[in-house]
Amino acid sequence: MLNSTIESLKNSTATAQKPKALTAPRSRSASLTATVATRPVWIALAVLLISVLLFMGLNAHGNWDFILAFRGKKLLALLIVGYSIGVSTLLFQSLTHNPILTPALLGFDALYVLIQSLLVYFLGASNLFSQQPLLKFAIEIGLMVAASLLLFRFLFTRSSQNLSRLILAGIIFGVLFRSLSSLIARLINPEDFVVIQAASFAQFNTINPMMMWASLAICVASAVYIWRWRHQVDVLMLGKAHALNLGVDYQALTRKLLIVIAVLVATATAFVGPVIFLGLLVCALTNRLSKAMYHSERLVLVSLIAMICLVLGQTFFEQVLGMAGVLSVVIELLGGVVFIMLILSQYRPQKA
Amino acid sequence: MLLTAISNRPRSWSIPPSLLNTLSVFLLIGLILLSLSIGVADFSWSGLWQALLQSMGQASSSGGAAAVENTDLQLLLLSRLPRTLAIILTGASLSVAGMILQVVLKNRFVDPSMVGATQSASLGLLLVSLYLPTSALFTKMVFAVLCAIGGMVLFMRLIKRLPPTDFLMVPLVGIVFGGIVEAITVFIAYQTESLQLLTVWRFGDFSTILAGRYELLYLTGALAAMAYILADKLTIVGLGDAIAINLGVNQRLVTWFVIITVAMISAVVVVTVGAIPFVGLVVPNIISRMMGDRLRRCLPAVALLGASLVLLCDIVGRSIRYPYEIPVATVFGVIGALVFLWLLMRQPDTH
Repeated sequence: MLNSTIESLKNSTATAQKPKALTAPRSRSASLTATVATRPVWIALAVLLISVLLFMGLNAHGNWDFILAFRGKKLLALLIVGYSIGVSTLLFQSLTHNPILTPALLGFDALYVLIQSLLVYFLGASNLFSQQPLLKFAIEIGLMVAASLLLFRFLFTRSSQNLSRLILAGIIFGVLFRSLSSLIARLINPEDFVVIQAASFAQFNTINPMMMWASLAICVASAVYIWRWRHQVDVLMLGKAHALNLGVDYQALTRKLLIVIAVLVATATAFVGPVIFLGLLVCALTNRLSKAMYHSERLVLVSLIAMICLVLGQTFFEQVLGMAGVLSVVIELLGGVVFIMLILSQYRPQKA
Repeated sequence: MLLTAISNRPRSWSIPPSLLNTLSVFLLIGLILLSLSIGVADFSWSGLWQALLQSMGQASSSGGAAAVENTDLQLLLLSRLPRTLAIILTGASLSVAGMILQVVLKNRFVDPSMVGATQSASLGLLLVSLYLPTSALFTKMVFAVLCAIGGMVLFMRLIKRLPPTDFLMVPLVGIVFGGIVEAITVFIAYQTESLQLLTVWRFGDFSTILAGRYELLYLTGALAAMAYILADKLTIVGLGDAIAINLGVNQRLVTWFVIITVAMISAVVVVTVGAIPFVGLVVPNIISRMMGDRLRRCLPAVALLGASLVLLCDIVGRSIRYPYEIPVATVFGVIGALVFLWLLMRQPDTH
């Protein structure tokens, strides 16, 4: 029913009024003024606020100091992950001009897990970086950026004409990276294995505070950059020829976007592990809710929707159903169904 | 259409089938001997021969009392030989299942784990283990087979709506479909705290195979043999519906036979050793590049190569971190994914 209300409201006005905050965590304090209900972004923001309140307040008995600190940390992590996955997927779809491609489908987050495993394999879990998780994170992100540029180049120069081959190759690359990771996991000693195991399964419950601040910094920095590029990305959507014609440095912008996407994927994966279909799910929702093609609106909306999915979903499963760990499984399930529906709906007009 | 396009291509490594099969047999025999002699427990062929000669001498003189102490022989009969046989049966039957599936679906890029069969079988196994925990192994297997058939039928209905020109859409939808079934399975397992049980079926591993625990796999051997008997009919169905009707082959019946065979092979393999990805994909692709798609001619080669390849992967898994073992599913995941990527990238664009 939420969708239908938003759907009906969305068509009313679509002026390019600029929403203030890109990173929603800090816009929590933004007051809900009277002019709220004109755009999907504001509705999404309101829903996010409600879900945040529910997440913080539901079944909260006892000491509020503890609850605020404990749940606040988790909440911040969910928001960071939602932002990273939503924005990276949307940018990737704009970059590749395709509504069913996501970085996760092409094996990017499996690549990050593989890089983590390789580092543990060659250096051991208790290497000089174990004292400095930030340095380790930085190295991982650096390797991730280089590796994903290579992977992207390989995938897109060899098979750019055929979409299904591209996705299939990406999925198989994902399988290959996962198999290699588990092969490495078998080759190392058990203490090191625990480190890799924690990295290779999606979970929203164990969060390292140190990493959280680093990731938050990455999110804010990337948000600033992406916000400055938003009009160029709009132009990019018109296609390579038009973008070049309109004065966009196509190669440079593509590279910059890929780097940001790789960094965001690494951030999200470092936090919760690989979640393959979340990006696809939230981008499909965003494309349905917002008919405006401007990235100023869609970028904000997609991160809000991703945050809502995570926060509301986690609240629902943790507090209402009492199942803390299954959110990622349910997301995979829904995302898979959405993916098949997207493919089938894409072919229906051709059949008719 | 696709199949003829592939088989008409100039075959770069054109080897006569009989020579190839002979080579494969020798390769397989070598690997079998290797597989029998690699393992953690001490085992030596000379010890075995000595013991055999001794026991024969003793048996002729004073009965078989000494045979019990013969550890080499026991090891061979209880662990090594069953394991090797299980590997051969699994590799051969999975490859044959992949081959007949590819021919009948007219698609080079499918295998039992890409049409939802393997995943549905483990879902069925989980359900029957949860709700009828005391049932016999055979009941469990029947239920797993039924679930695998159900999953495949659902998948066939899904891909009917896909355009026939884009043949890569079928494996794509298949992988995602399998992922959905797997997510349901994991969800149920998580709720019932049986994730550990599930790991056994999701990652194929031969290290638990002992005498008495693999005999169900002979059923897969029988199914593969049946596929060979029906090879010509399967080939005809693979040529297209019109040709099949013209030649008087009931293609509905044959398709059902393939679905049931593939479902049973996947279910039995999942029950006894666990899922092994890519076997049914990689092996048929290699063979049909060399021999084309006439099943009567290429099924033996497919079975031989499948057995050798899985055996080789298991030997690698056993020796790469001796004395520990790496599950064959992991080793084959790496090798199979590499081969599949290579196949995918050399295929020219059809658009």
